[in-house]
Amino acid sequence: MVGILLVSHSAKLVEGLDELLKQVVGDVSIVTAGGDEDGNIGTHFDKIQAAVEEAGSGDDGALVFYDLGSAKMNAEMAIEVVESEDVRLVSYPIVEGSYLAAVEASIGKSLDDILASLEKEFG
Amino acid sequence: MQLTVEDTIQWLKQFNDRLSEQKDYLSQLDRAIGDGDHGINMARGFQQVAEGLDGDFDEVSDVLKKTATTVMSKVGGASGPLYGTAFLKMSMECKGKDVDAAVLADMVEAALGGIKQRGKSEEGEKTMIDVWAPVLGTLQEEDFDAERLKQTAEEAMQKTEDMTATKGRASYFKEKSQGHLDPGAVSSYYLFAELADVIGKGA
Ligand SMILES: Nc1ncnc2c1ncn2[C@@H]1O[C@H](COP(=O)(O)OP(=O)(O)OP(=O)(O)O)[C@@H](O)[C@H]1O
Ligand SMILES: [Mg+2]
Repeated sequence: MVGILLVSHSAKLVEGLDELLKQVVGDVSIVTAGGDEDGNIGTHFDKIQAAVEEAGSGDDGALVFYDLGSAKMNAEMAIEVVESEDVRLVSYPIVEGSYLAAVEASIGKSLDDILASLEKEFG
Repeated sequence: MQLTVEDTIQWLKQFNDRLSEQKDYLSQLDRAIGDGDHGINMARGFQQVAEGLDGDFDEVSDVLKKTATTVMSKVGGASGPLYGTAFLKMSMECKGKDVDAAVLADMVEAALGGIKQRGKSEEGEKTMIDVWAPVLGTLQEEDFDAERLKQTAEEAMQKTEDMTATKGRASYFKEKSQGHLDPGAVSSYYLFAELADVIGKGA
C-alpha cells in the first residue's frame, strides 16, 4: 500500500491531520514530521530524513505533502539524501491532497494512479 | 591569496562569533517580514559548527563538508537547507585543491547555483542570493582585495531593503516587505565580511 508522509512546521497540525485521515481510512500508513527538534514551530532536517526513510520502507512508495517553504526544501533534500525513487514530494494542498491520497491508497491504488488523481483534482 | 585549513576554521569561528553577537538583531529583522527565527537558527547551528572545528582536517574541503552536514541538521528553517547546500557545494568544488582566488570564485559560483536550485529562486527576489551573486562578481575580478569584497557584500545587503520579496516567508508580505533588510542577506553579509577579514589578514 502507498504510504503518506506529512511534513509541517507544526507538530499539532500533522497530528490533527493524521487523526482526520485515520478516522476515515483506518489502515493507511501515515508518517508525520512536524515541528523542530524540540517540537516547537519549525522544521528539522534529521527528523524529516528519518520520516522519509520510514515512509519509503514499504514496497509501494510514498507521497510527501508539506505546508510551507522550508518544509519543502528540507523534504526535497531528505529525499535526495535517502535516494528513494518511490518517495515523491508533491505540491498539492496538504489537507485535501493527503485526504484524497489516503482514500485511494486504502483501496489499493498505485503510486502513479494516485499521482494522476491528484493532478486531475488539484493540478 | 591562499585560504588554508587554519584560515577556513578561523573564518567560520569569526562568523559564529558575529552570529552570536547579532542573534537578536537578525531575529528582529526576520520578525518584521518573517517568523523571527533567523538569528536563533543561525546562532544555534554555527555554535555547533564552531564546536566541531577542533579536530584534524586534511584539506579545506573537509572543513566545509563537516560544516555543511552540521548546518543541514542543526540550523533549521529555510536557512538550514540553503546554507547547508552552499557549504556542501563549496566543499565539493575545492576537493583535492588548494584554495587560491580562482578556486574560491569557483566555489562561490557552485554554492550560488546550489542555493538557487534549492530555493527555486533568482536574483532580485530579496533573499541571500542578492548578496551571493554580487560577491561572486567581485571574486571573479582578477585583482579583488579584501576591502572590495567586504564593501560589495555590504552594499548588496543594503540594497535588499528596497526590494519586494517574492520568495520565502517574506513573500507573503508583498509590497509591505519593502523598507526592511532581508535577514538572510544580512547573515550572508556577515559571512563574507568575515571572509574578507581573514583574507585581509594575509590568507
Ligand atoms: N526560496 C528561497 N530562496 C533563497 N533564499 C531564501 C528562500 N527562502 C528563504 N530564503 C532566505 O532565508 C532567509 C530566512 O531564513 P530562516 O532561517 O528565517 O527561514 P524561515 O523563512 O523562517 O524558514 P521557514 O520556511 O521555516 O519559515 C530569508 O531571509 C532569505 O534570505
Ligand atoms: Mg525565519
